[in-house]
Amino acid sequence: MIDAFLTRLRRELGPDNVKDGRVDIALYSHDASNMVGAAGVVCFPESTSDVVSVLRACHEHHRPFVVRGAGTGLAGGATPLDDACVISTIRMNSVDTVDVVNRTAWVGPGMLNLDLSRTVSDLDPVFGLHFAPDPSSQQSCTIGGNVANNSGGPHCLAEGVTSSHVLALEIVLSDGSVHVVGGEEPEPPGLDLRGAVVGSEGMFGVVTRVCVRLTPDPPHVRTMLFDYVDVAKGAETVSAVIAAGMVPDALEMMDQLCIRAVEDYVHAGLPTDAGAVLLVEVSGLRHQVEHDTERIVAIARANGCRSVRHAHSEEERALLWKGRKTAFGAVARIKPNYYLHDTVVPRRHLPDVLQEIYRIVADLDLLVLNVFHAGDGNLHPLIVFDKREPGVLERVHEAGRRIVETSVAAGGVLSGEHGIGLEKRDYMPLMFDDDDLAAQAGLRRAFDPFGLANPAKVLPSPSGCGDAATIDDGVWI
Amino acid sequence: MTDVPDHLVSLSERLRDAAAARETTAVIGLGTRPLLENESTTDVARHFVSAPSGVLDFQPDEMIVRCGAGTPLDELRAVLRSAGQDVNIGGSGTIGGALARGWSDVHRLGRGPIRDVLLETLLVDHRGTTIRVGGPTVKNVTGFDLARVLVGSLGTLGVLGEVTVRTRPLPLESRWSVIDGVDRRRLDEVRRHLYRPTSLLWDGGRLWIHLDGHPQDIDEQLQRWGARSDSPPALAPHRWSLPPDDALEVVGEEGDVVEVGVGLVHRRRPAPSRRVTAPEVHRRLETEFDPHRLLNPQVKRFSER
Repeated sequence: MIDAFLTRLRRELGPDNVKDGRVDIALYSHDASNMVGAAGVVCFPESTSDVVSVLRACHEHHRPFVVRGAGTGLAGGATPLDDACVISTIRMNSVDTVDVVNRTAWVGPGMLNLDLSRTVSDLDPVFGLHFAPDPSSQQSCTIGGNVANNSGGPHCLAEGVTSSHVLALEIVLSDGSVHVVGGEEPEPPGLDLRGAVVGSEGMFGVVTRVCVRLTPDPPHVRTMLFDYVDVAKGAETVSAVIAAGMVPDALEMMDQLCIRAVEDYVHAGLPTDAGAVLLVEVSGLRHQVEHDTERIVAIARANGCRSVRHAHSEEERALLWKGRKTAFGAVARIKPNYYLHDTVVPRRHLPDVLQEIYRIVADLDLLVLNVFHAGDGNLHPLIVFDKREPGVLERVHEAGRRIVETSVAAGGVLSGEHGIGLEKRDYMPLMFDDDDLAAQAGLRRAFDPFGLANPAKVLPSPSGCGDAATIDDGVWI
Repeated sequence: MTDVPDHLVSLSERLRDAAAARETTAVIGLGTRPLLENESTTDVARHFVSAPSGVLDFQPDEMIVRCGAGTPLDELRAVLRSAGQDVNIGGSGTIGGALARGWSDVHRLGRGPIRDVLLETLLVDHRGTTIRVGGPTVKNVTGFDLARVLVGSLGTLGVLGEVTVRTRPLPLESRWSVIDGVDRRRLDEVRRHLYRPTSLLWDGGRLWIHLDGHPQDIDEQLQRWGARSDSPPALAPHRWSLPPDDALEVVGEEGDVVEVGVGLVHRRRPAPSRRVTAPEVHRRLETEFDPHRLLNPQVKRFSER
């Protein structure tokens, strides 16, 4: 593609920061989902002014653009359509300022989630600091991606999702204008545009700097593993703990198939005969932690917990968490492909919905592992399969559809942390009617009246009909 | 259109009728949070409506509560407290009024801002149409986060009809204490060593500390600073929003109390009027959600401030 648009990008960003070779185009035509689109060109801006240059060029040439962090998204949110201009933020990865006393930092959107916590960790000599949202992909996902998806993670049960940890954003809109929304101050004048941008899946503009809130490390942490004969008992423990007035840092569950896969993979000493395990973490000051630990263990035992394992060292704690966070790597040993789902249900419906999920996959002759944020009711059914098997993809998608419908029917929502992207766009009417979706489209138009920012995601047509792109026939959703 | 629940029918009909006649409507609560001078116009609405009142569903093990936006906070708190919970919204008046105003209370430092409380709402728009915004679970990224924009929007984008908010468990103990003779250096030292206080209020000399938690932890945290129990100070009516360090610098006028680490200064004199950032985005939002300016005409639009 040699055209005026490309020539202009090369001139303004430098030839090394603009790629349109076959390999680059192929690499950036998808994210971590199964959905493949078509990138027209890939840009690597190094500054806000580079992003302004790219967006002005897109605006003048009527080219759609798709901003992308590390490409770890699972819903096709960063999959470009219609030869869109892909804007990778990976070179905007600096920590600009850190305010240790007020616990804030301005960082580039390409900063990796875990790198941010590592960078600030030792700056507070009394407690230590970290960035609270901790998606399982935190080693490789970016802060900009976290902002786009309003990402969660196990510790968001007590600490809240990304929106609660973002104070301000610098955003470039599709006309090339630069704005700071939100602020280090508590009540900036006007509407909470910051809150609207977080979770907007790159459809409002390009975020070029983020002011994050940092969280002090807890002085005391207790990590425990409970095992049960079935998931229902584990889920009952979760509800009982919350009803008793405690919000642990994390309440994570794995079912039997998952426990076995993970144990084979990391050798964390998990009870492979258990129907479910619950990983519980409590943190804070000493007396509170001891008090909560005692009560939670009592509640777990009253709800059928067979054994309690306490992590007695930081190594043991890390091992238990490694089991949880690498669950997705472990499944490759069962089948070569997997499809990871993400829905939320009210906690009290967890046992029923899980039973229904088992029934759905059995019905379709598939295999499912469950590893999920039980405290939030955030399910992550992981369907494993071998895509060489004829007709299996259709069954995988059918299972996905039924799982989403079951979750919404139980009073839940389509997505807890992965976002809507392309994957769930056409499920939006399960939760929202045309008027509801029109309101969301109105919010988007207020930021991007031109429909150039990541078009055709999140909102099903006709709510997104102002968008500058359509879905190609070849796109596999 | 979202099925209109019975308790929103009348509100929805009144807004629809007013819209058909192109007449303006203002929503009123209990009048506890009046507009500031620089937020108001001289216009008076033709009609006045209120959101319905009453708790509709409270599930302690889900830590959420759904209620009419006209529910008085005192009434809501009484229901929540019976199950050992509370909602992170201060003051009296209605829950809808508190959300539309968007002012966090003095515990923001530890408990977070009011904007994080709203999970889902049924919004009645300028045409009287009911719109579902957000979702009923604490964790939810289904669609754009319009709920955040509604908190603090002063009713310019629609009328909050019904709201679902997250609750929080009451701590084992909540305690206010005060330390006297705290200068900037001492203030920084105390702050550095306190683990997640829920509030720190400073008037330039005294530091009030609010802690939630286990009583023994609270004792241990306060011990080394010679703190004594005290009630929090009375707060002046005006709110000056500044970056947290700047807020500490301005403290000095009679009656000033600053929320340390937050940046809010409670003052006797009004804060100067300020322009919004991204005024074009504000203007387009206001036009999208209320093109004929039928809602709350007494509120000056953000894009025009």
